[in-house]
Amino acid sequence: MLSIKDLSVSINGKTILDGFNLEVKAGEVHAIMGPNGTGKSTLASVIAGRDMFDVDRGEITYRGQNLLEMAPEIRAREGIFLGFQYPVEIPGVSMASFMRTAINEKRKHLGLEPMSGAEFLKLMEEKKKLVEIHSKLTNRSVNEGFSGGEKKKNEIFQMALLEPRLAILDETDSGLDIDALKVVANGVNKLRSPENATIIITHYQRLLDFIIPDYVHVLFDGRIVKSGDKSLALELESKGYEWVKKEANMAAAH
Amino acid sequence: MEDKNNDILEEVTGSEYKYGFYTDVEMEQAPKGLTEDTIRFISAKKNEPEFMLNIRLKAFRHWQTLKEPRWAHVQYPPIDYQDIIYYSAPLKKPKLESLNEVDPELLETFEKLGIPLEEQKMLAGVAVDAVMDSVSVATTFRSTLAEKGVIFCSFSEAVQEYPELIKKYMGTVVPYTDNFFAALNTAVFSDGSFVFIPKGVKCPLELSTYFRINAANTGQFERTLIVAEEGSYVSYMEGCTAPIRDENQLHAAIVEIIAHKDAEVKYSTVQNWWPGDKEGKGGVYNFVTKRGICEGENSKISWTQVETGSAITWKYPSLILRGDNSTGEFYSVAVTNNHQQADTGTKMIHLGKNTRSTIISKGISAGFSNNSYRGLVKTTRKAENARNFSQCDSLLLGDKCGAHTFPYIEVGNRSSIVEHEATTSKISEDQLFYCLQRGIDMESAIGLIVNGYAKEVLSKLPMEFAVEAQKLLSISLEGSVG
Amino acid sequence: MTTSINTLPLKDRLLSLFYENLPHIKGNATPAANRLREMALAAFERQGFPNPKMENWRFSDISQLLETEFAFDFHNQSRPFDIEKIFTCDVYDLDTFSVTLLNGWFVYKNAPLTRLSNGTIIGSLAKAMEVYPEIVDEYLGKAASAEKSGLVALNTAFIQDGLFIYVPEGVTLEKPIQLINIVDSQVPLLLQPRHMLIAEKGSNVTLVNCDHSLTHNVSLTNTVMEVFAHPEAIVDHYKIQNKGKNSALFTNTFFHLQKKSQVSSNIITLNGGFTRNNLHVTLQETETHADLNGLYLVDRNQHVDNQVFIDHAAQGCFSNQLFKGILDDQARAVFSGKIMVRREAQQTLAYQNNKNLLLTDEAKVNTQPHLEIYADDVKCSHGATVGQLDPEAMFYLRSRGISEKSARQLMMLAFADEVVQKISIEALRQRIGSMVERRLKGELSICDQCVLHCNDKGPTTFNIDMSKI
Repeated sequence: MLSIKDLSVSINGKTILDGFNLEVKAGEVHAIMGPNGTGKSTLASVIAGRDMFDVDRGEITYRGQNLLEMAPEIRAREGIFLGFQYPVEIPGVSMASFMRTAINEKRKHLGLEPMSGAEFLKLMEEKKKLVEIHSKLTNRSVNEGFSGGEKKKNEIFQMALLEPRLAILDETDSGLDIDALKVVANGVNKLRSPENATIIITHYQRLLDFIIPDYVHVLFDGRIVKSGDKSLALELESKGYEWVKKEANMAAAH
Repeated sequence: MEDKNNDILEEVTGSEYKYGFYTDVEMEQAPKGLTEDTIRFISAKKNEPEFMLNIRLKAFRHWQTLKEPRWAHVQYPPIDYQDIIYYSAPLKKPKLESLNEVDPELLETFEKLGIPLEEQKMLAGVAVDAVMDSVSVATTFRSTLAEKGVIFCSFSEAVQEYPELIKKYMGTVVPYTDNFFAALNTAVFSDGSFVFIPKGVKCPLELSTYFRINAANTGQFERTLIVAEEGSYVSYMEGCTAPIRDENQLHAAIVEIIAHKDAEVKYSTVQNWWPGDKEGKGGVYNFVTKRGICEGENSKISWTQVETGSAITWKYPSLILRGDNSTGEFYSVAVTNNHQQADTGTKMIHLGKNTRSTIISKGISAGFSNNSYRGLVKTTRKAENARNFSQCDSLLLGDKCGAHTFPYIEVGNRSSIVEHEATTSKISEDQLFYCLQRGIDMESAIGLIVNGYAKEVLSKLPMEFAVEAQKLLSISLEGSVG
Repeated sequence: MTTSINTLPLKDRLLSLFYENLPHIKGNATPAANRLREMALAAFERQGFPNPKMENWRFSDISQLLETEFAFDFHNQSRPFDIEKIFTCDVYDLDTFSVTLLNGWFVYKNAPLTRLSNGTIIGSLAKAMEVYPEIVDEYLGKAASAEKSGLVALNTAFIQDGLFIYVPEGVTLEKPIQLINIVDSQVPLLLQPRHMLIAEKGSNVTLVNCDHSLTHNVSLTNTVMEVFAHPEAIVDHYKIQNKGKNSALFTNTFFHLQKKSQVSSNIITLNGGFTRNNLHVTLQETETHADLNGLYLVDRNQHVDNQVFIDHAAQGCFSNQLFKGILDDQARAVFSGKIMVRREAQQTLAYQNNKNLLLTDEAKVNTQPHLEIYADDVKCSHGATVGQLDPEAMFYLRSRGISEKSARQLMMLAFADEVVQKISIEALRQRIGSMVERRLKGELSICDQCVLHCNDKGPTTFNIDMSKI
């Protein structure tokens, strides 16, 4: 589904990703872990199409298409969803009109009829339950005045509505208490299917107790330095990142 | 609680101006009044080259065509410009070889001011130029600076020794045509400081000038010129005091700063001219034109000012951001008490691309004073991606003072982002009560809170100044709450 | 008869016309009104028209406009006629008392002045001066001082007609009053309607004021409106300005608030050549409440200038200003909001915000949010921003599959919606909301509601180009 080859990305001349490779197939859950500042969020932004980064080298193919040539909204309509680490507040734009516009633009893109107001409301009610969202949140402006936890739940709620093929969750667990974490994980698990894939970007393995990944990758200095299954996450938890750093440095020295 | 606070306010705002002594040194003065003869007298006294006399005369002729500006939010009786002495200098030997030759009375004055003129105190690492009644009396640390090629001397000396630099830069940022007081200053300026930092040099010392008005009926008209060549850096500090007198004294200074490519200039002021007595009698009229230009790319100039003195303040340290990616900053704390009036702020003129400016202004009004922030932020059509953020807060202590905010914002292109925020409120009862409940007395509590309020600005001051500024704030404001 | 004015400077022409037409101008006005006009004329002679040397006019130069050879209607040309035949300014589900001014003169179907069963009087000011001279004399010129403004002085000197509203104590008007100002003239016209609204103790009234032009000729409207809110009265005022590119509109609105009264003012500027709104609010007595909102959507060479002066003269009052604008092409917007808090106005809450979106490099904004505060127990804040749509939010919307164009529209609507949401009448809010939406989508024209008189080649359309942000 997603194939990233030798990707190098910089911002204002500073290289962040450097020779990054990743293959994600349908049905898989990948976890990308790593210390702060190693390029995890940059990766998520580049896949979603944020234009503040310069792609210096490499390619990203998504379902056979060159992803880097696509506008962010086209990527979204093609099924890429980014759960933001810091969802922005958009005063004045109501959640309902925001999501209805998004769904209908996607449907138009796919050659489907727009969803009627009634259908949309029904869909919203359904998905709200999935992420245990209070009905009031959807009457408010996008993320405005939401607590940290509400914002993260709202991301998963949008994911549920948009039914992406590839979901990238950027530090979705940060700032969540254990109950909220379970709600978020539960939402993600319910949406898992053999047709879609998920990339979970996280700092801690805590979330991985609830969403079991097929692969765990460690990102360091802009590239993946170690990959494994979910036991790698546990190993990291107990040994810390220093251990991987040392290994990476040794490998680099050879 | 309200009444009690007012009592404390009245009790404490009575704290005396501690710099109000007068030094009895022999003076040489020009006769009162302003004519072409006065200007020729000043120029002759200073043994100036002809070009300087010509500049003065041009400025004087222009000044005669101008009217005193009255748009500021301040009120004062008309100034009789013919009733002022435009030149007053301590009588002294023509050239001082060492500090030992400085008039001991003067040294004592500066010691009272806490200026580290003596050698030991110089170890504090501050080079000082002291200007008393218009004339520079001593510049310290010249040799250390000379090794790096840094020029730091009195303006008069610079006119004699570096006439080419003066010709090249003087009046390029603040031309005499700029305004009434700039014209007046250019005509009659007596001395000031000159700083030149050569290419690539980080000035090893903080440079500092102390200005003091001493003689009666005297105007002080100094001018400062700072030139920072490519890639250089300097931090410059300025302090001001004056003795207590019943009548008002006029101070009309000019500061010009030029920052070339990649250069950075930090200019800090602690202004504590005699503010007048509790009834509003006396005090310095402070009409100052300060302006810097970020001439080159990536250059940076920042103004930091702590204004606690003067009866009237009319002062807008401004920046022209011409070089692409240049940065301007203005940090100000202005305190007014008793009958003081301050109209101060800044202008940020964005001409270059990606230019940035930040304005943080904290006004504190007490007594019967009026304190105004006045500022202009302008981005021209070519100033693509210009950014400005302004925060102008006012704190009111007592119900007889005023706090005013007059921002002007002019945006001329679509990629600029300009944001202005301002709040006005009185000191928080909750904060005060919290302090009181912890056993802190009212005076200290106010001192604490006001210092906390101004902290964002005070923290921008060089260490040597920050301590003095904090003390000044406390002295000006202890207990001033309504 | 339309009196044409010859080539003297406009000020001199007006001064001489005043004396030439004095009997007509005086008409049946009360003696007090006529004394007031003599004083106002002297005040106008002294002050003249505003010029850019004046602090409040620095960015609004009207000198070229004043060179126009204006005509002046000293006689009421209008006759009883059926306004619906030429114009409908309909708001669905909104039943109003509709009144119309044509070129500054009151037009009516049945009578120039109506007295409702609850005692409310609505109608022509000229007629009110004949029938209720004691009410007019008590209020006329009391809020709008001719001494401080040349424009107010000029209007006061030439007072002839306008809208008069009197709402008695305790009366709540169920229906809003809708005032439609129409300018329709084949020659450049200078008109100066004068309006008064008196809301007695505890009364409640809503006035919707629509400014329209029916032709594309040059016109200059210099209107003065005085609103008196007695204790506990509630007055809501809406102004919708949708005028032709050759029209100039100066509105001078004065609100005078007594104890516990509440006033809201909403100025929606959708089109206009030159629009200047002077809003002067005096919070004269304690516990009053003023909510002042403005929205301006301008493009091409349009110029809109909102000047707000709020005078907190008493304790415990609240004021809030929210003015927002979107500028395209070479449009220019000026905002100057001054909050004055006087010494006695303790416990004041005063807020002010001006936000602007600039869509081109040629558009220009000057904003001056000023505070002048002499009391200490206050909470005042102001903010001003000039910028573009938030790129973070744009990306967020696009990352959900929303196209750039739709995202911009959503964001611009959301930007404008903050002001629209302040409108408390549901039907009117929807109506104005849809006008704003159509304006932003380029679908609104000034001829939108006009059935006749479209002698120009088709309606003019305005288009805010979304791709330019």
